[in-house]
Amino acid sequence: MSKQPWGILAEFHTPEQLWKACERVRDAGFTHWDAHTPFPIHGLERAMGLKRSWVSMVVLVLGLGGAAAGMGLQWWASTQAYPLVVSGKPLFSWPAFVPIMFECGVMGGAAGAFLGFLGLSKLPQHHHPLFNSKRFERFSDDRFFLSIESTDPEFDPEGTAWLLRSQGADHVEVVEA
Amino acid sequence: MEIQTPSLPSDRVALPNQGIWRRLPTLGMAIGVVGLLLTGLLGKGHPADALHSYLVAFLFFLSLGLGGLFFVVIQFLVRAGWSVTIRRLAEHVMATLPLFALLFIPIALGIHEIYHWTHADAVAHDPILQHKAPYLDAGLFHLRAIVYFVIWSAIGLYYWRTSRRQDEIGEASITRRLQNLSPLAIILYGLSQTLAAFDWLMSLDPHWFSTIFGVYFFAGSVVGILAVLILLALSLQRAGALHELVTWEHYHDLGKLLFGFTVFWAYIAFSQFMLIWYANIPEETEFFAARWNTGWKSTSIALALGHFVLPFFVLLLRDVKRQRLGLMVVSIWLLAMHYLDLYWLVMPNLHHDGPALALADVTSLIGVGGLFLAVLTRLMAKGALVPMKDPRLAESLLFENA
Repeated sequence: MSKQPWGILAEFHTPEQLWKACERVRDAGFTHWDAHTPFPIHGLERAMGLKRSWVSMVVLVLGLGGAAAGMGLQWWASTQAYPLVVSGKPLFSWPAFVPIMFECGVMGGAAGAFLGFLGLSKLPQHHHPLFNSKRFERFSDDRFFLSIESTDPEFDPEGTAWLLRSQGADHVEVVEA
Repeated sequence: MEIQTPSLPSDRVALPNQGIWRRLPTLGMAIGVVGLLLTGLLGKGHPADALHSYLVAFLFFLSLGLGGLFFVVIQFLVRAGWSVTIRRLAEHVMATLPLFALLFIPIALGIHEIYHWTHADAVAHDPILQHKAPYLDAGLFHLRAIVYFVIWSAIGLYYWRTSRRQDEIGEASITRRLQNLSPLAIILYGLSQTLAAFDWLMSLDPHWFSTIFGVYFFAGSVVGILAVLILLALSLQRAGALHELVTWEHYHDLGKLLFGFTVFWAYIAFSQFMLIWYANIPEETEFFAARWNTGWKSTSIALALGHFVLPFFVLLLRDVKRQRLGLMVVSIWLLAMHYLDLYWLVMPNLHHDGPALALADVTSLIGVGGLFLAVLTRLMAKGALVPMKDPRLAESLLFENA
């Protein structure tokens, strides 16, 4: 018995064709699939039926966490670890700590955006089965690709290939795992 | 060069015939005159009280006009494409600025009731005021006010007229000319509004000074104009105008700017506070002492929470910025907070112990507001609500948030 392929890759000539194919695939109920384009296409996320990214939530949590940690560190340092009266002010002089709290919040938010994006995109990966396809190289040049994984509950080798061809794909191939 | 722009149906770019829009020029004028007369009557016994109330109302609506001027000029300065379909609304708000030269007359006449430094006997016993006398001089105060109004009216009317002229002749060179003038306009605006904030607000407490004060006033005025633009566009669309010209993409960006300037206001307010708190020098701390060690403390806390903390978290939500009710509530709230901010700046100089609401607060707000709305809708009734021949109109219509 041959190994289960990774999935199917369809190649389109124009963004319009890809857009229509995305809408069709979305409406057919596929969930494990993606579109690959040489440049961002506004609104393609709607054609693909993508839900809102969780990145903003990660940024919020890490941003607030960073701010709390920044304030907490200063509270600990100036009231617990090394209490020192500065210019006759209380030990916990919070207004003086706000700039550092703010900076720590920004750092947490920025780290959240960077790491959240990488994590949710499952990056970095040293290899991806799509690189087994020679034609796929043109996704960063002048072709528009749509890939559907074999793990998708709706996936069926012949039916899915036919669906993609019916949307005007120039070339449909099976990608090995 | 004549430019090709998408043609817009006239019913979408004209002031709506239904609703209150066409009646506001006369209705607002009537309400405004009544409000001002009532304020004048209330001021008969206690001119200082009524004049302070009037100053708050005057500065509130003036700041909207100045915010409009900033918004328009900055769009030309950065050659913005996204904002073309809402820029005309800001141009109308900006073109109300000459009205405020007229509305300044009560303040110019009542200068003695409002500004302590105009009392020669007080200055005679006060080395600090003597030191500041070359700037805080009644004659120079009036002269500077004239200069401010000349600058604002000149920029406002010139941009308003020239932009509307483009609707008729469709010349791309007009956009280029307004772009080329924008650096000069923004510098004149920045300097004049900073000095105006010093003259009319900061000198209420003539011993106190803060070099960031002009920026503080600016931050509040931009929050104000953004809220006004959102409310104007939403209510015009409800009445059937601007259909598909101002989209949720534009509202989303206005909401983001509103969020940004709410944060900027807090940043400036805190910067002003922290340095003064840290240095702890009496001539600087008196401003905050008057607003913290008195009955004004709760107002100060309400301002920090209402003008920053609450809108910060509400405006973080994407859905609020892309939804009618959410945007409307936040915009009205922030306008109210902007008024509270000015009230908090002015009134502790009159009522030292704590807030004391007066009827004149309401009548002057209605008075200045009525005239402001009357002039604004009168300007809006003349010609299109959108710069129909702006070379970047198509870009603005297709604008999408990335």
